[in-house]
Amino acid sequence: MFDKFKAAAEAAGNTEVQRFGAKAEALIFIEGLLKKEEIKDTPGCYAVWADSPFLKGIDTKELAAKVPGLKFEVTRELAKNAKIGITQMEWGLANMGTLAQDSTAVEQRLASALSWIHVALLSTDKIVADLPALMTKMHPSTSNYIALITGPSKTADIERVLAIGVHGPEQLVIVCVDESGGMN
Amino acid sequence: MKKELAQSIHEALERQNLAGILDRWNYPATRAKAYEGIDFEAIRNRIAEIKGSAADHLEELAEKFKKSAEARGAKVFRANSPEAVKDYITNLCKEKDVKKIVKSKSMASEEIHLNKHLAKHGIQADETDLGEWIIQLAHQTPSHMVMPALHLTKEEVADLFSKETHQQQSTDIQQLVKVARKELRGKYFDADMGMSGANIAIAETGTLVICTNEGNARLVTTLPKIHVALVGLEKLVANYADAEPIITALPKSATSQLITSYVSFITGPSPNTDGSLKELHIVLMDNKRTAMAKDPQFKEALQCIRCASCLNVCPVYRLVTGHVFGHIYTGGIGTILTAWFNEMETTGDIQGLCIGCGKCKEICPGKIDIPALILELRRRVASKEGLPFIYKTALSVINNRKLFQAMLRAAFIAQKPFVKEGFIRHLPMFLSNLSEYRSLPTIAPVPFRDVFKKIKQPQSKTKASFFAGCAIEFVNPGIGAAIVKVLNKAGIEVVFPEDQSCCGIPHWGSGSFDMAAAAAAHNIKPLLADDVEYVVVGCATCATALKKEWPHLLKDQNMDSLVPGAKKVAAKTVMFSELVNKLIEEKKLTPKDGLKLQTLTYHDSCHAKRHVGIDKEPRAALAAAGYELKEMFECDTCCGMGGSYTVKQPEISMQMLKRKLKNIEDTGAEYVSAECPGCLIQLGGGLDKSGSKIKAKHPAELMEDKFK
Repeated sequence: MFDKFKAAAEAAGNTEVQRFGAKAEALIFIEGLLKKEEIKDTPGCYAVWADSPFLKGIDTKELAAKVPGLKFEVTRELAKNAKIGITQMEWGLANMGTLAQDSTAVEQRLASALSWIHVALLSTDKIVADLPALMTKMHPSTSNYIALITGPSKTADIERVLAIGVHGPEQLVIVCVDESGGMN
Repeated sequence: MKKELAQSIHEALERQNLAGILDRWNYPATRAKAYEGIDFEAIRNRIAEIKGSAADHLEELAEKFKKSAEARGAKVFRANSPEAVKDYITNLCKEKDVKKIVKSKSMASEEIHLNKHLAKHGIQADETDLGEWIIQLAHQTPSHMVMPALHLTKEEVADLFSKETHQQQSTDIQQLVKVARKELRGKYFDADMGMSGANIAIAETGTLVICTNEGNARLVTTLPKIHVALVGLEKLVANYADAEPIITALPKSATSQLITSYVSFITGPSPNTDGSLKELHIVLMDNKRTAMAKDPQFKEALQCIRCASCLNVCPVYRLVTGHVFGHIYTGGIGTILTAWFNEMETTGDIQGLCIGCGKCKEICPGKIDIPALILELRRRVASKEGLPFIYKTALSVINNRKLFQAMLRAAFIAQKPFVKEGFIRHLPMFLSNLSEYRSLPTIAPVPFRDVFKKIKQPQSKTKASFFAGCAIEFVNPGIGAAIVKVLNKAGIEVVFPEDQSCCGIPHWGSGSFDMAAAAAAHNIKPLLADDVEYVVVGCATCATALKKEWPHLLKDQNMDSLVPGAKKVAAKTVMFSELVNKLIEEKKLTPKDGLKLQTLTYHDSCHAKRHVGIDKEPRAALAAAGYELKEMFECDTCCGMGGSYTVKQPEISMQMLKRKLKNIEDTGAEYVSAECPGCLIQLGGGLDKSGSKIKAKHPAELMEDKFK
């Protein structure tokens, strides 16, 4: 299921899928990415990390001190000036490489819709086959805002030439973690 | 045709930016790839059932949606007229002191020219979908339903952006997209209200489903404190599960994608960034949709999911593109929607753009018979306003074959007076006075009925009635003679009922269903007079009438007593190649030994392939008769003849022919064949005019001497 998901997700363009056995390894990867993207405490260079089950047991204060510019409080202004937005998605769809999340909390949408790079955390065991399977897991009666995300923001509105990153992220980095402890 | 329409067609044909883009896209192939592993027929049957049933229960679903959405905290306003929508939104803006609105795509808002109305009240509404923003800056209407600004070049977009930003912008598309991102980003944050449409409205849960690739709808529905969704009633479906096939099909049909980058399910308000709850208003707009749902024929048009695939495959749209259609909704489905949402009469001219080739019907995910609905519009306009006198007279003449023959004989001797009177232009096909891309056909000196009398046939118990049709009778009787010859080889004796006349398709195509039914009524008895096993036709257009349309036509015109006869004719009717293929399989026809192999490319006439479903049979029969097939690109795309279309829309017809000729030439084959004398007149005339070596021949002519 993971291989199918990865292939479909990466086929959407400007998307990379990483898989880690443990949360600690995933965190090292994310820290590396923040460093590589030169996240710093300057508008335009922030990283915002919306409330995620992944963060359970992680000392966010310590992490924020370690990476200046990394914010765990997602406001309009911070998200507007963020280069990276990190959110945790609830489900993955293997057939299309789609991510799904209950985005009722506005921070989740701010972090994933305004940044240049969206880092999406996903529990590997939360990958289901397809949309009908997802629709048995998520229902509008319990979620006010369900968001499905596949690949980066794109357009072909000028001469039908593909351009990436119109109003949303240019790049999608999906970080799958196998170890379910603290992720669900 | 009005002068303005002719002019706008001419201008569109001069300006081929969008047409070129659609050609380079190769939509049919990319669409097929997106649907790989998916049973398209099954999914479109589901969509047709879901949306068809929703159309049957529109009122009930609208009320249920209102109840469900309001239970979740949304405000739902039901508006019958465009004015009611405008008033509600304007009043809301006044009440909440809204000065700036950011919008994601809403065709419903364009349908009622909402932006213009808001501007009058001092409210600025900025489109955020890139294409919509571009046409807003250009003060134009969409040229395509999904990609509204494709008619503009990157240079033109750069000019628009330069003006808007007061800064010279480069023509690099990636750069231009970044300019739009930067310009619009500020607007989302400043706006007092976000406005969206919806792709689906789920009654069970009161949910709006919005699909975008750019992610603008996510921002529009997140950043401003008020969200107004303007939704046409046709977006309603009953249940949550009903959304699934639509979400699956829409992106595949629209842009050949598996899924759009973003799909949002919004049910009731969500929190704003300051912790308050968003104000969510949903305006359910009727604007004639309920009336449409009550119309037994047009109810089907509510199954549309607005994917625009009918535009992408339409050979006419691909040439003239959107602006010729004159309103917001373009292409085949746009012709229908415009007639209902705006004025039936004003769209009369646009309805004439459809050549009836049926390509859109094959790929419509809502399973809408678009050409049939356009024809029904023509019928209604024709029965209300009447056809022009000269046109009606011409149609009467062809229902009387003796008179028709007399007139054609006169035309053969002296064409001029007829051309001058403008009479000949209204006869079905083949007498067009246009010759820029096509040589004129000449009327045969001896019509088929006289040729037939001189053919010596062996007597046989197996008899077939031959229905010649106007073109074989008067322009190319040689095809008829070849058909008789081949069938004789199989031991079939051909009878030719002299009392036959036109099949009625020209009348049908112009919306004159009563005259078409009269044509059917006239022919049934003569065709069944002898005890025949088959009724053979060598013309795909006539085949459509005999095999398919006569029984419906007669029933519709309350001529029920003739329906059994029409059904009998339909059951006995075979296309020539269909019969030959059967006779070869039954070993009643045997190809000669040592036939020299020749090369051929086959053009599928629209009527043969999409109306009566004959495409494999002629290929198999011709292959057995020693022809090696070299398939052309888009072998089943219309050649532009379309019966009288070639005289009513000459410019479009000629452009379609030009493309077809190129595809034929590219195969390098010796012959092009089609089982439709109309197509052959178009193709043969075009090849002749361009000095090509390729000959256009009917399958009967090609097989005349090939059997033992």
